[in-house]
Amino acid sequence: MTQSTPNPSGPNRFAVQVLVTPRPGLLDPQGKAIHHSLASLGFDSVAAVRVGKAIHLEVAAESAAEAEEAARAMCDKLLANPVTEDFRVAAVASAGETR
Amino acid sequence: MRVAVITFPGSNCDQDCHRSVEIAGGSASYIWHREQSLGNAEAVIVPGGFAHGDYLRPGAIARFSPIMETVARFARRGGFVLGICNGFQVLCEAGLLPGALLRNASLRFQSHDCHLRVERADTPFTSACHRGQVLRMPLSHADGNYYADPETLAALESEGRVVFRYCDPRGDATVESNPNGSLMGIAGIANRRGNVLGMMPHPDRAIEAALGSVDGLPLFESLVGQTHAAEVVR
Repeated sequence: MTQSTPNPSGPNRFAVQVLVTPRPGLLDPQGKAIHHSLASLGFDSVAAVRVGKAIHLEVAAESAAEAEEAARAMCDKLLANPVTEDFRVAAVASAGETR
Repeated sequence: MRVAVITFPGSNCDQDCHRSVEIAGGSASYIWHREQSLGNAEAVIVPGGFAHGDYLRPGAIARFSPIMETVARFARRGGFVLGICNGFQVLCEAGLLPGALLRNASLRFQSHDCHLRVERADTPFTSACHRGQVLRMPLSHADGNYYADPETLAALESEGRVVFRYCDPRGDATVESNPNGSLMGIAGIANRRGNVLGMMPHPDRAIEAALGSVDGLPLFESLVGQTHAAEVVR
């Protein structure tokens, strides 16, 4: 086991939640449709709806910070489209020992 | 002209593209996405379909298929690359074309004929057309809503890189003729050098009278008729 490069058999597993959302100002027809539906159901307090996606990762890493950093790299490369989407690494909790 | 048609798991227009090339007088071959070589191909078509199930985002996973690194290199050297429908989405995700294809503004999967106005007839893909020509061909997609940031959009327009625009049968680019909410009614764009083209509608489904239109054929005839391809690429 190496200390610097975590792998799936690394010491700790962290649950990382990634939120990917459409850029502000970008047309979000899904959000608009849901907004209309909510309004028609009487939820007229809703000012805006944006629809994105939540991606739950279990990441083996030495620390929570390392797991977060890995998740950000994944967003840059694959999980979010830099042209249309923003992302946020929303929560990191220990998912326990892998061994 | 030897044309490689890339097949991903989930591609469903690779055979249409293969047949289109052959009917236009070229020779086509399939290249599986796990391959790393394009062989002796002089042009590449990235076909329509749902590569890798369109999971995450259309094209997001396909762009990391091994062959795409080779396609990117091929494009950078000036090789001709045509992306149709899902192929357009893959080329955008791969960064070979700017912008992105969002969910249709209607939120519906659109599947019907559309009309396109040829804005540029001086590309390797439209040389058999004339400027202002109206082509009728099918479109078939859920995510064809072209988006780019304002600067990119302005550059596309000022550099004349919008090759096809949705229009009505008379050639007027009206709001009603825009099927998916694409900015500026964009149906197809080229890269700056002009050797990479992406388009949402399907010329490969409009190549024989039996299909209801032959308006897609000139695109393949244009590509197959390029004589300087081998020289550009080698």
